[in-house]
Amino acid sequence: MRMLGRTAQNLFWLSRYVERAENMARLLEVGYRMSLTSHREGGASEHLISMMQAAEVDEGFDAKHTIADVDTVAHYMMFDPDNPSSVYSCLRAARTNARSVRTAITTDMWESMNGAWLEYAQIRPRDVRGAKLLELLQWVKQRSHEFRGALLGTILRDDGFNFLQAGNFVERADNTARILDMKYYVLLPQATQVGGDLDIQQWTLILRAASAHRAYRHVYHDRYKAQNIADFLILRPEMPRSLVYCASFVQQNLDSLAKIYGRQEKCHEAAASLMAMVNETSMDAIFARGLHEFLEDFIARNNQVTDALSESYNFF
Amino acid sequence: MGDKTPFDEMYNPDGSVREPYRALAGWLSEQPDKALALMQADAEAIFRKLGITFAVYGSEEGTEKVIPFDVIPRIIAANEWRKLSQGIEQRVKALNAFLYDVYHDQEILKAGLVPEKLILKNAAFCPQMMGINPAKGVYAHIIGVDIVRVGPDEFFVLEDNLRTPSGVSYMLEDREAMMLLAPDLFHRSKVAPVETYPENLRRTLESVAPEGFRGRNPNIAVLTPGIYNSAYFEHSFLADQMGAQLCEGPDLFVEDGKVYMRTTTGPEQVDVIYRRIDDDYLDPLTFRPDSMLGVPGVFDAYRAGNVTLVNAPGTGIADDKAVYTYVPEIIDFYLGEKALLANVPTYNCTDEKQRAWVLENIADLVVKEVHGSGGYGMMVGPTATEAQHEEFRQKIIARPDNYIVQPTLDLSTCPTHIDGNVAPRHVDLRPYVLVGDEVRITPGGLTRVALKQGSLVVNSSQGGGTKDTWVLEE
Repeated sequence: MRMLGRTAQNLFWLSRYVERAENMARLLEVGYRMSLTSHREGGASEHLISMMQAAEVDEGFDAKHTIADVDTVAHYMMFDPDNPSSVYSCLRAARTNARSVRTAITTDMWESMNGAWLEYAQIRPRDVRGAKLLELLQWVKQRSHEFRGALLGTILRDDGFNFLQAGNFVERADNTARILDMKYYVLLPQATQVGGDLDIQQWTLILRAASAHRAYRHVYHDRYKAQNIADFLILRPEMPRSLVYCASFVQQNLDSLAKIYGRQEKCHEAAASLMAMVNETSMDAIFARGLHEFLEDFIARNNQVTDALSESYNFF
Repeated sequence: MGDKTPFDEMYNPDGSVREPYRALAGWLSEQPDKALALMQADAEAIFRKLGITFAVYGSEEGTEKVIPFDVIPRIIAANEWRKLSQGIEQRVKALNAFLYDVYHDQEILKAGLVPEKLILKNAAFCPQMMGINPAKGVYAHIIGVDIVRVGPDEFFVLEDNLRTPSGVSYMLEDREAMMLLAPDLFHRSKVAPVETYPENLRRTLESVAPEGFRGRNPNIAVLTPGIYNSAYFEHSFLADQMGAQLCEGPDLFVEDGKVYMRTTTGPEQVDVIYRRIDDDYLDPLTFRPDSMLGVPGVFDAYRAGNVTLVNAPGTGIADDKAVYTYVPEIIDFYLGEKALLANVPTYNCTDEKQRAWVLENIADLVVKEVHGSGGYGMMVGPTATEAQHEEFRQKIIARPDNYIVQPTLDLSTCPTHIDGNVAPRHVDLRPYVLVGDEVRITPGGLTRVALKQGSLVVNSSQGGGTKDTWVLEE
């Protein structure tokens, strides 16, 4: 039986939303930690705002709030249904997509998704403060891992699997690119290589947002350096949130679809073009072109993959 | 009626246990304190985790409820079931013959057995169906017959649901849950399986694929209004269980008189549509033009014989509450047999004498809107207030043809778990029938139970629950 275009679409977005919920939790965690240790006046607020910029939710926040403190930002990012990227909205959207394709996912995946949503929907935002907030952020990440585990452990490696995986990695690539772009200026080679306290704090923020602060040491055995950090998150194939890693997965999943369906589509060109940006290149080449320009271009091409995928496989 | 103690399916008036309930009685007596309450909590958790929920209309979007499941099964003896299933089979055959006749030569109207006006002026009559020949002559393929019991040998048909009846997933999940919760109880009894339903549903649907259809397995689609429909869980469950594609209206389209679904690799023809969308919304080109749920042109494809719609449009004319009173005549007319299952006596308010009597005695009667369902638009006299009695008197006077009136039946009771204790509660029964190349009836069905003490309304929308229903094998 062939898969409905709508089913493929729901699978793709199901994974994207789970990944996004996790990324939002990760970003908020970074913003929160930074705000705790920033003693300059207004410093806490600054960190929270730049974190929201990376998550691209700052405009929606500004429309509702005048003060960016831990309470207002955490509420907006965790619970506000008006914020389409809040953890609440992501989990709800993921669960709605899962419910639409219940026949196309496994019971384990459904129970994991349904259970996460039912638990999350019960939480009263005013109970989530301080240590409780960190605990809940950890919980969000764990539920995302659980869902991914259920997915990898139980689903058939057919077209549905590849739509799910493509959604996951398109979202992750987008997230990493945005985190880098938010702070691209502290990653430029001409920025101080010595690194003052402020730089170190910014670098830590970037690495933590990508869950990469410890992995960095394993790979580089070195102190934080701007160029290394950019290299790590863009070109390192062993880093599971790097652009090259995500792009290669997207391409791989799309290639599997071509194999299953017996033909190449428009989306395969788009995925190849995304991959070409990060394959067989160097940070020097990227810096020469301009890091910010490179990241903007990457985000745009990543979006084109989604558009082409939607068109090639009859999403709605 | 109403004053005497209702018939209890487990205990005789002298307190002894009726034969079919022997094993259950033994098992119940062995359960330690709180065991039932724990089981009840487990059951609720299982249902919620699996997402076996229904959406509550009128409440906030996404509000889903679990239908209460009672952990004490309802039991029907083999000989009781044999009689019931024979009566049901007779009924669904006669009703399908009636539908064929109504949409062809209308012999029964010519013979004057059913008033012409009642059919042709009925909102449930579908003129677009005239002259169409559905595969195997079957109109109503999936039927849920609502049956109540008032005594050891007294069963009545309350209504024939011929328009995509729901609830069958609860029959299946109740059994699953019961087997998880009390496997030892199954060891003590020979319970007829219900797990055959999805396979039988598939066979039934395949058997009514368009007549000209040859050469490949028919493609079956379950057409759902979508995830916000109250029965969405059931739609996805059935599609999953029988390996059919779960579609929403926009997933399907019609081209050159054929129905296709939009797949990742292009269009694929659909042969049978088990639609869980009402007639009115099925095809905006033929029925309600504002329908967003249906498939434009699907009725033309049906008329051209390129797709089978299950159930056929227009079956509502045969389960109309006013037509219901004629079912004994219908059985006699088409089968030449006497009805095996009785109708509930029904008063016709358009008859002046009967109406006068009804208005006088309304406090003891049940009034139902002819086109109502789900327990809405209905009044149960003995539990209603004076004001409600008066309200319905006025309604009947204003539109006597819009209501039917029946005596308040003292529905049988079954032991039910209520807050740690076991107490009798009223039940009804909805067996599920499949009609295709043959008639397939799943032993048992869905037992609905009114959880409020003394209540006779079993609908889930009105606080009813369900029970696993056992038919014992000999």
